Amino acid sequence: MQTQATYDYSVVRQFAIMTVVWGIVGMLVGVIIAAQLVWPELNVHEFLHFGRLRPLHTNAVIFAFGGCALFATSYFVVQRTCHTNLFLPKLASFTFWGWQLVILLAAITLPLGMTSGKEYAELEWPIDILIAIVWVSYAVVFFGTIAKRKTPHIYVANWFYGAFILAVALLHIVNSAAVPVSLFKSYSAYAGVQDAMIQWWYGHNAVGFFLTAGFLGMMYYFVPKQAGRPVYSYRLSVVHFWALIFTYMWAGPHHLHYTALPDWTQSVGMVFSLILLAPSWGGMINGVMTLSGAWEKLRDDPILKFLITSLSFYGMSTFEGPMMSIKTVNALSHYTDWTIGHVHSGALGWVGMISIGSIYYLLPRLYGKTGMYSTKLITWHFWIATIGIVLYIASLWIAGVMQGLMWRDTNIDGTLKWAFVESVKASYPYWIIRLLGGTLYLGGMFIMFYNMVRTIADGRAVDAPVVAPAAAH
Amino acid sequence: MSDFVSDTWHYYVAGLVILSLMFCIWVLISNMTKRVKGPVALHGHIWDEDLQEYNNPLPRWWMWLFWLTLAFGIAYFTLYPGLGRWQGKIGWSAVGQYKAEVAAEDAVIKPIYDKYMKQDLLAVAADPEAQVMGQRLFLTYCTQCHGSDARGAKGFPNLTDTDWLYGGESATIKTTITGGRNGVMPPWGAVLGADGVKDVANYVRSLSGLAHDSLRAQRGKDAFMTNCVACHGPEGKGNAALGAPNLTDRVWLWGSSEATIIETVSKGRTNQMPAFKERLGDEKVHLLAAYVLSLSKSQAK
Repeated sequence: MQTQATYDYSVVRQFAIMTVVWGIVGMLVGVIIAAQLVWPELNVHEFLHFGRLRPLHTNAVIFAFGGCALFATSYFVVQRTCHTNLFLPKLASFTFWGWQLVILLAAITLPLGMTSGKEYAELEWPIDILIAIVWVSYAVVFFGTIAKRKTPHIYVANWFYGAFILAVALLHIVNSAAVPVSLFKSYSAYAGVQDAMIQWWYGHNAVGFFLTAGFLGMMYYFVPKQAGRPVYSYRLSVVHFWALIFTYMWAGPHHLHYTALPDWTQSVGMVFSLILLAPSWGGMINGVMTLSGAWEKLRDDPILKFLITSLSFYGMSTFEGPMMSIKTVNALSHYTDWTIGHVHSGALGWVGMISIGSIYYLLPRLYGKTGMYSTKLITWHFWIATIGIVLYIASLWIAGVMQGLMWRDTNIDGTLKWAFVESVKASYPYWIIRLLGGTLYLGGMFIMFYNMVRTIADGRAVDAPVVAPAAAH
Repeated sequence: MSDFVSDTWHYYVAGLVILSLMFCIWVLISNMTKRVKGPVALHGHIWDEDLQEYNNPLPRWWMWLFWLTLAFGIAYFTLYPGLGRWQGKIGWSAVGQYKAEVAAEDAVIKPIYDKYMKQDLLAVAADPEAQVMGQRLFLTYCTQCHGSDARGAKGFPNLTDTDWLYGGESATIKTTITGGRNGVMPPWGAVLGADGVKDVANYVRSLSGLAHDSLRAQRGKDAFMTNCVACHGPEGKGNAALGAPNLTDRVWLWGSSEATIIETVSKGRTNQMPAFKERLGDEKVHLLAAYVLSLSKSQAK
């Protein structure tokens, strides 16, 4: 008798566990730098200075936590929805160890002060090359698996994962082009305003593809699965997919309003950012409406609570984003904590919660269990995280609008009404609330870690048998 | 416009933007369907045991939202620059907006400043209202280096005492703010050698009565008389015309410890006060100078 083929879950397990681990590390660094803003004397050493830890925080939460969540779920989803195991599983294993090495190198070099100075792309050129190699391997495994699928159609989640993988490869390689002067130092291949434009073309599409398209892929699998309902509209997914991936590519210039960037570029960035509103909301509608007819499931399923709440935060931040890209709004919001609040409503609310929900779905299935060790702890995690997010974004909204208003406020003689330092002083109470919100969110991750350890301890690693595709209609 | 080096880029940008808008419109139109009554059919495919999709029509409100943003985009590109070289119907530009805002503001505040321009600095310095305005300007433009209390920091002069590098007369203060200053102390390490520098440092400390090695100070005096007199003078009292500090008082820009003086002498110092005329205009410089003058005056009392 022939032994039945199984899915390759080992790489999924590795990435899923590291998602939680790096989540704790990255968010802990976030809490530390939030505390440094409130108590500057916590900048105890140059290695632990705000300016060095801030890029460590962003890299750790985006690429380590978010990245591991995307790897784990995409490897799981592409196998399940293509009804086949991974193409080149050894290469998939390489992507795991390669990605962990990238993260480790980031955690060493950034506190040492080695940086290319490009936001969200601070890592120096040798690490950039390693990222490119890992990423191309990832693309080979993912698209190879798509190519050997047993179904005629490619499931919508895979469109989004595929777009995310392709776009991130393009963005990373173009933006990281640099001239090395030593092993640890390089200078950008671009100069002046062109460098700024390439940087924010990269920067905003890191948001659009890494933090949006990839996680929409997650949403399209785990929401209908957990809800046990069909996706709301195939047609809507077609429209919002194409409009979203096409339009995001244009949005970068809204990071450079009222700068040396030519007027036409700023206009194009603003208009396409506004046009992004509907395509973004298309994803939210498709996720939330999938639940129609099954709303009662929200009451006692904390995983579904995570997934649906993440979509609400997605809707909120993708409304806020286009509004902030309007020049007159941007003139107030730019350079203030409003931007930080906006980013975190997307990061903690959307990216964090959809990942957490998906990992809670995954873990028991990877370890031969029917559910997590404790559902009650998931509920606790959900409420602590939600309160944390609300405190975080509400305090920075207030702080940001206040800063913007203080900075533009003038006396009758045209002088500024407030010295800059006065706006810093006025921000302290809100920074304390933000610190509290961030600490709560981190606390939730510790609960998740405990729940994960207990679930794994009770279970054993199981690779599920490959499911035969349903007969075509 | 100089944004484009050739017409090709103008057409490239304008063409791509228009095509992009048309692409969004086409995706939307090609998926618009009439509202259906009754239950909506499944799309027909099944993945991973139970993953299926309904094929609901696009929500009407969502569709209209999409149309609205597209219409806004078309209107915006008609009115504002965006399509390559096209400047837009209303001729808006960021530079134009900036100039208009500055002109409008200047028209309002000019009379206030004009009043003080007619008075000499000492009179302005004594005017309580002008003092408040001067302080606001100081808090915006000067605190980064001189501190919000104007007491300076290492390398940045204290403005509240009666000691001045370039002179504390009202006209001189105004000149300093208007044109800035470049303070240069040349490095003497190569000329004097490590030991020679240490000797000079001890002599300099002796000038202001600080503890020193008298043997070294004696040797340092010879080196001082050869090399340092040109700027600091034979008595070490400095020269305001050059911005060379008086070494006999208790005011130290970089610090008075032996180690700091050795560093100053061997490596030299380069310091810059930026010029503010271009940035602020004569009227605001006038008020700032009066404010700085008043700081020192109140100390002298």
